[in-house]
Amino acid sequence: MTLETAVTPRPVSRVRKVLGNSGVTLGGLLILIVALLAILAPLIAPHDPYAQDLTQRFLPPFWHDRAVPEHLLGTDHLGRDYLSRLIYGARVSLGVGVGVVIVSGFIGISLGLIAGYFGGWIDVVISFATTIRLSLPIVLVALAAVAMGGASFTTLVTVLGLLLWDRFAVVTRAATQSLRHQEFISGLQAIGARWPRILFLEILPNMRGTILVVMTLEIANAILLESALSFLGLGVRPPMPSWGLMIAEGRENILFDPWLVALPGAMICLLVLAVNLLGDGMRDLTGEARK
Amino acid sequence: MTAPLLEIDDLHVTIPTDRGDLHALRGAGLRLEAGKTLCLVGESGCGKSLTAMSLMGLLPRKARQTAGRFALMGTDYAGKAPKAWAGLRGRDMAMVFQDPNQSLNPTMTVGVQMTEALRHFEKLSKAQAEDRAIAMLDRVGIADPRSRLGQYPHQFSGGQRQRLMIASALIGRPKLLIADEPTTALDVTIQAQILQVIAELQDELGLGLLLITHDLGVAAAIADEVAVMYAGRVIETGPVAQLFAAPAHPYTQGLMAAIPVPGRTRPGSPLPAIPGRVPGLIGGVTGCAFRDRCALAGDVCASDPLPRHAFATGGFVECTRPSLSETRP
Amino acid sequence: MLSFLLRRLVVALGVAVAVSALSFALIFLTGDPAIAIAGSGGSADDAEAIRLAYGFNRPIVVQYADWIGSALTGDFGQSIYFNIPVSEIIGNRIPVTLTLGMLAFATALAIALPLGVAAAMRPNGFIDRFALVLAVSGQAVPSFWLGLMAIVVFGVWYGLVPISGTDTWQGYILPVLVLAYSAIPELMRITRSGMIEVLNTDYIRSAQAKGLPTGRVILVHALRNAVLPLISLSAVQLGILLSGSIVIESVFAVNGLGRLAWESLLRSDLPVVQAIILILSLFYVVLTTAADLLNAWLDPRLRGGAA
Repeated sequence: MTLETAVTPRPVSRVRKVLGNSGVTLGGLLILIVALLAILAPLIAPHDPYAQDLTQRFLPPFWHDRAVPEHLLGTDHLGRDYLSRLIYGARVSLGVGVGVVIVSGFIGISLGLIAGYFGGWIDVVISFATTIRLSLPIVLVALAAVAMGGASFTTLVTVLGLLLWDRFAVVTRAATQSLRHQEFISGLQAIGARWPRILFLEILPNMRGTILVVMTLEIANAILLESALSFLGLGVRPPMPSWGLMIAEGRENILFDPWLVALPGAMICLLVLAVNLLGDGMRDLTGEARK
Repeated sequence: MTAPLLEIDDLHVTIPTDRGDLHALRGAGLRLEAGKTLCLVGESGCGKSLTAMSLMGLLPRKARQTAGRFALMGTDYAGKAPKAWAGLRGRDMAMVFQDPNQSLNPTMTVGVQMTEALRHFEKLSKAQAEDRAIAMLDRVGIADPRSRLGQYPHQFSGGQRQRLMIASALIGRPKLLIADEPTTALDVTIQAQILQVIAELQDELGLGLLLITHDLGVAAAIADEVAVMYAGRVIETGPVAQLFAAPAHPYTQGLMAAIPVPGRTRPGSPLPAIPGRVPGLIGGVTGCAFRDRCALAGDVCASDPLPRHAFATGGFVECTRPSLSETRP
Repeated sequence: MLSFLLRRLVVALGVAVAVSALSFALIFLTGDPAIAIAGSGGSADDAEAIRLAYGFNRPIVVQYADWIGSALTGDFGQSIYFNIPVSEIIGNRIPVTLTLGMLAFATALAIALPLGVAAAMRPNGFIDRFALVLAVSGQAVPSFWLGLMAIVVFGVWYGLVPISGTDTWQGYILPVLVLAYSAIPELMRITRSGMIEVLNTDYIRSAQAKGLPTGRVILVHALRNAVLPLISLSAVQLGILLSGSIVIESVFAVNGLGRLAWESLLRSDLPVVQAIILILSLFYVVLTTAADLLNAWLDPRLRGGAA
């Protein structure tokens, strides 16, 4: 209707808008904290996460009577300091998250751009490939691939990166399709611009916001998958401190020392929550921009 | 003398926004007699559709409404709970909307959409309601109505869909029909047909018709009385012929002057337009909302209340310097 | 409509063939499946024996044709670990996974649908905020962790449910709930956004203008339009639940396909893994195809017969 005609809009500064969005601020802040933990781990962690001390096994965290001040959050089944392992675990989660998204993003965005721009049988083939990818039970396929390739950080990132490109492809393809019919593209084609230039320098920058949103959601996805795979024993290889792996290791003693499972899980929740908040917040922001 | 069918006085609708309260309707008022047609005209944003929504009780949840008088068939609902007024919706008052393509549910058959209100209010059986629907469809000019009951809206053309809406609205024999820009979304050739259908049914059923439009041509064709709205208030009313022949308010005059007339408007000459724009309504307006765009405005126009002159021939104008004439004293 | 149907089925068939090829190719990921099966402790002779026994020395296409040919009759070869037909092993596991997945889906839908509708009716109201919290937490909490904590709290501390296995129906309660919790967010969001969009349409306004009771407007007029996007999502979610239940099955010791696949992987029993990947993929293909067809049938506009 027409209520808007009676109200003249007032411009709001971009920074204000970004910070005003609680999702972005809160999520961003939490991610920053975890990222700092990851980056500064050697400086912050009180102990070496790999250092075992079999005389100090299963010490409880500080809120327990039997707690020891040296190990604020207790120790695990090999006497390793839990706080340090949790801090270093941030490296694994963030590392996998970012690593996977770089690979899958590269694959997915390229496929989406090409499919959306050229259309025709190229689009048919890529869409078909995407459908196939979606039909596969990826947890199982990832497990199988890692089982064959040997569990390690790089294998994990590679396998997940090669599997998780679908959302990038779908979203990029849709965005490309809507952009390629705009006049500035015809203009560029008319002056003889070649397609790589058009795709990567003109079309891609215009979907920055959307891609950022997908990136955050896929990072969250990757983090959850890594923790699940590590939990099942086919993720990163021990003794690397992955939160998922720590949950698996602590599982046997869950009845006596539930914190062994509770703490790493809480960290996963925190990080994934932060990433999702950031993503949702950005989705709101880019949605507004589109209006 | 019998009470008018519809009588609204001093209607205020305020909508809270992040930038303050938007005073969308600032004391609007209407009178409509049974069997007559009142056209509510004005440009986009003046509040005419909002008036209709207010009448139907379909304002957005955040909106706040007050009225001095809010009466249908003599009963004033101004002080009563909104539920009482809501009970009239669909039975005594019906509405037809602007875009027939969007106003019908695409996943329900035409038959169900036409009969559901009837079955709910009058407790008719499916067969009885369908018979009424078929008769109504026939009346609005849909060919082969029985077989079309089972079809879906997308299987009808735009003009037919508007006929469906009209049939749906009138099947319960309401006393008042509100039509919000019923022809705007249709082809010009269909517009006249639809107006014809509405006019015929109005005569037949003795309906009061409140027709909202920004098209003065439609008003000229179908109205008995016209009310001109500007910035949330009704600023001039009168019988159609009178108002068109001798508009008293500077705004109404501007509207009339802006219409090109074959024979009168010189080809190649610029079309007269009213300078300036509608004022923002956040925080309300004191005095005449038109004064910034009015050639006749003076200091006295800035204060409330604005003087109201009642015409001997019917209607009124709200202006400090209305253009009165012999034909319309 | 018929051409749409045919096209969709052809695509489904194509995808089915492609995933079967991929499932089959899995075994060759490391290069030499004979070595993979023989394991790190096997010698070159062991590998050669395996190669001959399983026919790995034949051309790949022949092997694939052989495998898929048998698979169509239900013969997925022999389990390397148990030395009995794969079909026997997976046979009684399929119903377990299916039950788990469908119960979880039904539970999730039973919660997500009303919640999404209620949230949409009053955006930013109390229910909406609650729904948001539920959705956000459902997406952030790792299901295996939730499962473990739930076992400890409800199984051990309060003794309300058995702590593992699905021999009794009570054994299904926790895994179903935990699985459902991960499916609720998306279902609720789509319901909510679909409902909000529908509630803002002109035709809902028309329905209200007719004076119909709110219940009818929401349940009959609005919901019918809002569920259309939900159908496709439901198929995807159900597919995910069925194929992603590995983790839950491991945590709760449920004897379903997922757990079998995991155990087989650890035992290098590749024929079983191949079969399971194929079956789960086919579930997904069937579900999404059915959803598309259902969508087309339900939406009168797609069914055909324009003015």
